[in-house]
Amino acid sequence: MTTADGTLEQSDLHAYSKGRSGRIMRILIIEDDAQTADYMAKGLREAGHVIDHAEDGRDGLYMASSGEYDAVVLDRMLPQLDGLKVLEALRAASIETPVLILSALGQVDDRVTGLRAGGDDYLTKPFAFSELLARVESMTRRRGPSAPDTTLTVGDLSLDRLSRKVTRAGRSVDLQPREFQLLEFLMRHAGQVVTRTMLLEGVWDYHFDPQTNVIDVHMSRLRQKVDKGFARPLIHTVRGAGYMLSAED
Amino acid sequence: MARFRLLPTGATARFALIYFALFAVSVLLLLGWVYIRTVPMLDRQVGETVAAELRGLADQAREGGLPGLVEAIERRAGDGGDPDGVYLLVGPDGRKLAGNLGTWPEPAKGDGEWLLLELQRRTESGLQSREVGARSFDLQSGHRLLVGRDFGARARYAGALVEALGWALGAALLLGLGGGWLLSRNVAKRVEQVSGTARQIIRGDLSQRMPKDGSGDEFDRLSDSLNAMLQRIEELMTGLRTVSDSLAHDLRSPLTRLKGRIELALRGPEDPAAYREALEKALAEADHLLATFAGLLSIARAEAGAAKAQFEPLDLARLAEEIGELYEPAASEAGVVWTGEIAVSAPIYGHRQLLAQMLSNLLDNALKHGGAGGRLSLAVRADAERVELTVADAGLGIPERDRQAVLQRFVRLDESRRAPGSGLGLSLVAAVAKLHDAELRLEDNAPGLRVRLVFERGPAALS
Repeated sequence: MTTADGTLEQSDLHAYSKGRSGRIMRILIIEDDAQTADYMAKGLREAGHVIDHAEDGRDGLYMASSGEYDAVVLDRMLPQLDGLKVLEALRAASIETPVLILSALGQVDDRVTGLRAGGDDYLTKPFAFSELLARVESMTRRRGPSAPDTTLTVGDLSLDRLSRKVTRAGRSVDLQPREFQLLEFLMRHAGQVVTRTMLLEGVWDYHFDPQTNVIDVHMSRLRQKVDKGFARPLIHTVRGAGYMLSAED
Repeated sequence: MARFRLLPTGATARFALIYFALFAVSVLLLLGWVYIRTVPMLDRQVGETVAAELRGLADQAREGGLPGLVEAIERRAGDGGDPDGVYLLVGPDGRKLAGNLGTWPEPAKGDGEWLLLELQRRTESGLQSREVGARSFDLQSGHRLLVGRDFGARARYAGALVEALGWALGAALLLGLGGGWLLSRNVAKRVEQVSGTARQIIRGDLSQRMPKDGSGDEFDRLSDSLNAMLQRIEELMTGLRTVSDSLAHDLRSPLTRLKGRIELALRGPEDPAAYREALEKALAEADHLLATFAGLLSIARAEAGAAKAQFEPLDLARLAEEIGELYEPAASEAGVVWTGEIAVSAPIYGHRQLLAQMLSNLLDNALKHGGAGGRLSLAVRADAERVELTVADAGLGIPERDRQAVLQRFVRLDESRRAPGSGLGLSLVAAVAKLHDAELRLEDNAPGLRVRLVFERGPAALS
C-alpha cells in the first residue's frame, strides 16, 4: 500500500519487513518484566518470527547456549544472573548469536560497556517497537556471512564503494560525501526499516535522539537525487518508524 | 558534648605506648653506643696513667734510691692518693716493702708486660675481687715493682650510664603517657565533634558543617574535605528535589492530557476512525513524555560527573563541522541563512556524545526560537589557551533578567510556549558546560541570542 510519494502506512510495516527479509527467525527474549516481554513477543510474532522467552538470566543463558537462535534480545537487569554476565558467558562459550541489549540504564556510557561485552546493538527502554524490530532484523542481516561487497546493488541503483560512484539505470548520480554514506547505509540494509536514530548512529556516529527533523531533511535531499525523474521510487518513508530502501513496491 | 575520658582508650593510647617504646629503644641504643665507644678509650687511658705512674716512680727511685721509691709509693698508695691506684714493691726475698696490695700476684713476671689481673683489694666496702690493669718490673737490685690501676672507673661509668638510662626511661614513660593522654583527649574531642556533627546530619539537618578550629591542621583539612562533600551532596539533593518538583509539575499536564484523551475516546461513539485518531494523539503525547525523560536522563548523567570517565581528547572544530553539517540542510529548508566560521583545529578534552548533544540542542534552539530572524551562525575559535564555541541567532533573544532562569530545568519563557520542546535544552547545555568546566554565557546578539562557551584548550586530538 504505497502512496504516491513512497510513504508506507505503519500498518504495512510488519508485512513489509517480513516480505523483504523473507526469513523467519527464531528469537529468544530474555526479560524479567512480563509485560515488556509480552509486548515484544507479540510484535515480533506478528512480524512472522518464532519467539521463546526466558524470565531470568540463568534460564536465558541455558536456552541461548543451545545456539539454535538467530537473535537474542537481552535485558541488562535480570534476576539470578545479570544480563552482561549472560552475554559474557555466551561469548566465552563461542556462541556468536547476535545479541541486542535492552536497558533502562540508557545513554552512551552503558552502551559502551554493553557493546564491549559482546553485544551487537543496544536499545534503551522505553523504546518504540518499530525501533526494536528494525534493529533486530538489521542485526541479523549484518552478521551475514558475506564480506562487504565493493559494489552494492538494489534494483537499478548501484553503488561502487571503491570508486565512490553511484549510478541509477546507467545514469550517474552525483552525491555529497555524507549523502554517499547515507545511501550506502540504506543499501546495506536494503529491504529493512532503518530508524532515524539508526541513521544518526550509523552515518554520523552520534548517539542521541534528534528532536527536530534534521535527518528527514537529509533524506529528502538524497531522495531528490536518487528518485527524482524515476517512475518507481526506491526510498520509502515508513510512517512512525523510519525509512526503507527497496526495489519492490 | 564530648565525653571526658581520664584514661586514653583506643588508637591514641596505642600511639602513646608506641611513642614510649620507640623512645625507650632509642635511648637504649644511644647509651649503648656511647658505652661501646667510650670503654676502649677508658681502658687506653688506664694504660697511659699506669705508664705515667711508672715514669714518675722511676724518677723517684733515681733521685732518692730505694727509700725514695718506698716513700713515693707509700704516699701514692696512702689515703691522700688515687683510690684506684694499685702499687706493690717487694724485696728480693718477696717481702712486701711498700704498697696497697697484700701479696705479689702470681701472673706478674716482672717483664713489663701489660696484664689484666683479678686481685683481692681492700676498698671502702671491704675486701673485694677487682679487675686491675697492671705492669710489673724487676729492678736491678732484685726488688720487684708492680703498678696498676683498678678498672673501677669503668664500672662507675657504666653505672652512671645505666642510671641515666633509667632516668631517661622514666622520663619517656612520663612523657609518653602524659603526652599520649593529652593528645588522645584532644584527638578524641575533635573526633567526637566531627561524629557529633555527622549524627546531626544523619538526623536530617543537611545544612550542618564540620567544625574547624582554624589551625589548618589535619583535622581542619578533614573537615574541609567533608564539608566540600556535604556541599556537593546538598547541591545534588537540591537538584534532585528541583527535578522531582519540576517533573511533578511538567509531567502532570501531559499525563493529564493523555488520560483525558483516552477517557474522551472511550466515552465517544464506537468509531474506529475516531479511536485511531485518539490513539495517534495519545502516542504523540507519550513520545513527548519520553523525549522529556530522555532529556532529564542526559542532564542527570552530565551532572553526576561519572561521564568524566568517558572524556577523550577531541577536536571541537571537527565536531562542530559534523553537527553543523547535520543541521545545515534543516536550516536552509527553514529559510535561515547559515554562517559557519570554524577554526582548522580546536582541541579540547571532553565527552564527544554529550558535546554533540549539547551543540544539537543549541542549534535546535536557534532554529526553533531564533528562526524568525533568518540568520544563524556557528563559530569555533581557538587560541593558545582557550577554545570558544558560539551559536548565535537573530530571533527574539532572551531578556537579560531571564538569562539565568532559562538555564534551569523546564523553564520556558512565555514567548516560546507555543514552540514544541521540553524546556530542557539549555539546562542540558548548562550541565554539559559545567561537566567540562567551560564558561557559559548568554549574550545579546542585538537582535537575537548568542550562546558563548569557553573551554580550556586540551591536548591535540589523535585523529
